[in-house]
Formats: sequence, C-alpha cells, structure tokens
Amino acid sequence: MAVEEGLKIELGKQGVFVTTIEELYNWGRRSSIWPMQFGLACCAIEMIATTMARYDLARFGAEVFRPSPRQADLMIISGTVTKKMAPQVVRLYNQMAEPKYVIAMGACAISGGPFKQGYNVLKGIDRYIPVDVHIPGCPPRPEALLQAFMTLQKKIDGQHLTGEDRPRHLDAGAQGEFPVPVQGEHDLEPASNPGVWTVPVVMK
Amino acid sequence: MKTVEEIKTAIETAVPGAGVQIVPNPSVSGQHSLRLAPGHAVEVAKFLRDELSFDFLSNVTGVDWPDKEITEKVKVTRTVTKTVDGVETTGEETVEETRKQVQPGCLEAVYHLYSVALKQGPLTLRMRTVNRTDQVELPSLTPIWRSAEFQEREIFDLFGVVFTGHPDLRRLLMWDGFKDHPMRRDYVEPDDFEYEPTAHDDVLKRALAHRNRDQGPGIRDQLAKAGQ
Repeated sequence: MAVEEGLKIELGKQGVFVTTIEELYNWGRRSSIWPMQFGLACCAIEMIATTMARYDLARFGAEVFRPSPRQADLMIISGTVTKKMAPQVVRLYNQMAEPKYVIAMGACAISGGPFKQGYNVLKGIDRYIPVDVHIPGCPPRPEALLQAFMTLQKKIDGQHLTGEDRPRHLDAGAQGEFPVPVQGEHDLEPASNPGVWTVPVVMK
Repeated sequence: MKTVEEIKTAIETAVPGAGVQIVPNPSVSGQHSLRLAPGHAVEVAKFLRDELSFDFLSNVTGVDWPDKEITEKVKVTRTVTKTVDGVETTGEETVEETRKQVQPGCLEAVYHLYSVALKQGPLTLRMRTVNRTDQVELPSLTPIWRSAEFQEREIFDLFGVVFTGHPDLRRLLMWDGFKDHPMRRDYVEPDDFEYEPTAHDDVLKRALAHRNRDQGPGIRDQLAKAGQ
C-alpha cells in the first residue's frame, strides 16, 4: 500500500521515514546498475569517455564495469553487431543474472546503421534480445548515454513487484533464456527471434 | 625506377618461359601492371624480391570478372541467287550479322609491391584463375612476402580464390560454415531487410516484399493469450 506523497513529506519533517518495500527495492536496484565491460565498436569509446571524470558515470552508481556477465545488470550494446559476433552477444546476455537490462547504443546497435545494407551486419540487436533503451547517434554523445541511464532508472523505478506488469525476473512464466542464433551457410538462423521482435509494418 | 617493360625483360632473362604480360593502364598515371602466369609466379616473385629489391608488399586484393556477353556486328559476304524477270542471276551480297559470344570470366588477384631499399614503387602484379567455378587455384605468394597472409585469406573468403601453398588458408572475416563469397558480382545477399523506416528505391522494394508475410506473435501477445 503506497503512502500518500503529502503525508510522507509531512512525516519526513517530523523525522519519520516511511517507504514501501517496492520503493526501497527499486531504489537499490536503480542506484547500482552495474554494466558489463563489453564494447563492440567506436560507440565503446564514447562509453569509456562517459565513465571518466568529465562525464562521471559514478554519479549514477553505475561506474563498476564488471568483466563477467554473471556480475552485471546491464549490457550496453556499444557498436556494430556483426553476424559473426551476434551469437556471442546473445550468449553473454543469457549468462547475465536477472534482473538484466539492455541499452542499444548508437545507430548500428539499433538498426545496423550505416552498415544496414551490408550482408554481414545484424540489422539491430533487438532481433534477438529485448532492448530497454535505444539511444540514437553515430556515435551518441556521452550525455546521451547518461540520458539513457536516467531513462533506465526511471523505468526501474516504475516497475511493480507484483501484478500483470511485473518485470521478467519476478515472473516465473516469462521467457528467461533467449535462443542463440546459429551461423548458417548463408545467414544467421533464424534471422530473428519472433518472440522478441516482429517486423514493423511498412506504411508506404 | 625501371619501367614495366624493363622489369618484364629482366624477368624473362632470369626466369625463362615466365610468360609475363604487360597490362596497359590508359589513364594519365600510366601505372601499367604485369600479369604473371600462375605456373611461374612464385619464381618470378622470388626474383623480384631478391634481385630487384621489391621488399615490401603493401596490398593484395581481388577482382571478379564475371562472364561477359559480347555482341559484335560482322560483315558477311555470301552468294545469293536472285530471280529477276525470269532470269536467274548469281551475285554476291554483303550482310551484317550480329554474333553473340560469351567471354568466360575469371578471378584475379592483384599485388602492389614497393621497394623500401630503393624508394621505388608501386609495381602491380596480377594473376588470373582459369575460370570462376572449379579452377580457382592461384599460387600463394605468402612464402615470399609474409604480409600477404591475411590478405590472401581475405580474398579466399570474399572471392573464393584458393591459394595453393598458403600456410593457413581459412576464412578471415566470415565464419567457417559460410558458403558464399560476398564480393563476387553474382552474390545474392540474405533477405533480412524487412523493415526500413525511411525506405526508398531498392530498399523500399525489398521491404514491401515482406509486407504481408506471416509473423510469429511477440512476447506480449503470448502473455496476453496465457492470461486469457
């Protein structure tokens, strides 16, 4: 049962701190999003810059880049995902413990970007794994990555522990592991995971 | 620097029967190249490196020459018998005929050589395979210039030229199970271009081809169904 906002402030003035488990849980999670230490292309350079003193990702509690997927909460797809690399990206994502989030950073990770017409580049990582925040740009500025972190924090803050819209890690029936595509004779098989991604309708 | 003609003469004296041809470059730069016969290429390369000091191989690349249909008009003279006013006359007539010919294609490897010692270059070498399908072997020049190793692997990967004598001929950029050679002119790329927000021209055509196809339900649809 959520406490009324005005009452909470009044109580706070009297030195009484009132919260809910949900708020505390989400506050803890959103304040310590540990990204995976993982870069794919030039966007990774901007990601590194974001962690450095000038942009200071530590302000968001997310400066601890973990070299193992098992300790990470967030995967930043920072750069071009080639078809040769895509199975490894999905496998790394599967190895992360729930709750896990994905930021698709830059044009390539979103759609293939300038390499979209190539035979060797995956046309968006959201064909295989669910993406929480997309950041446009080529590459996006560090400010844009900070914006993505803030968007993700808002998203985590809004998640409910129970109910229909509860996040995947609290839903026993939800899809937990995502099939790793196989490198076939001509292309990745399957070309996308229909459970995650459906072809948007072309309006023209 | 020696001209291509001089280099050709030098090669022919050193390696008898080398079968070197000059491929002229009609542009202003006039960088003519030498086409080597694959049978003698390693010997010639060794001579170029050891005797003419071409000690630096800067670049190896491939060219795909697809089968080309040539249409040419040929004037043919033939004997024609005509009947004019009941009198048969035999005369000769010149007729233009259109003949079609298929010039078989091939794959080509191109090597750019420099001499760091003499500050000379570039010298362009070319080698052609017999055809594009089954006889695609060329001798590897990696034993002569080690820098050719990865680039010959790349040509093997993207063009399908098999370099005999290469120490480690595997695909370089695409994965091992991949069957196609993407840089060939007749390569058909996978049709994974279903969606393009600002589609136009060919991209729009390819996107529209996917418009009415069957789609599997997404996670949300599945969850909604499970809840019902």
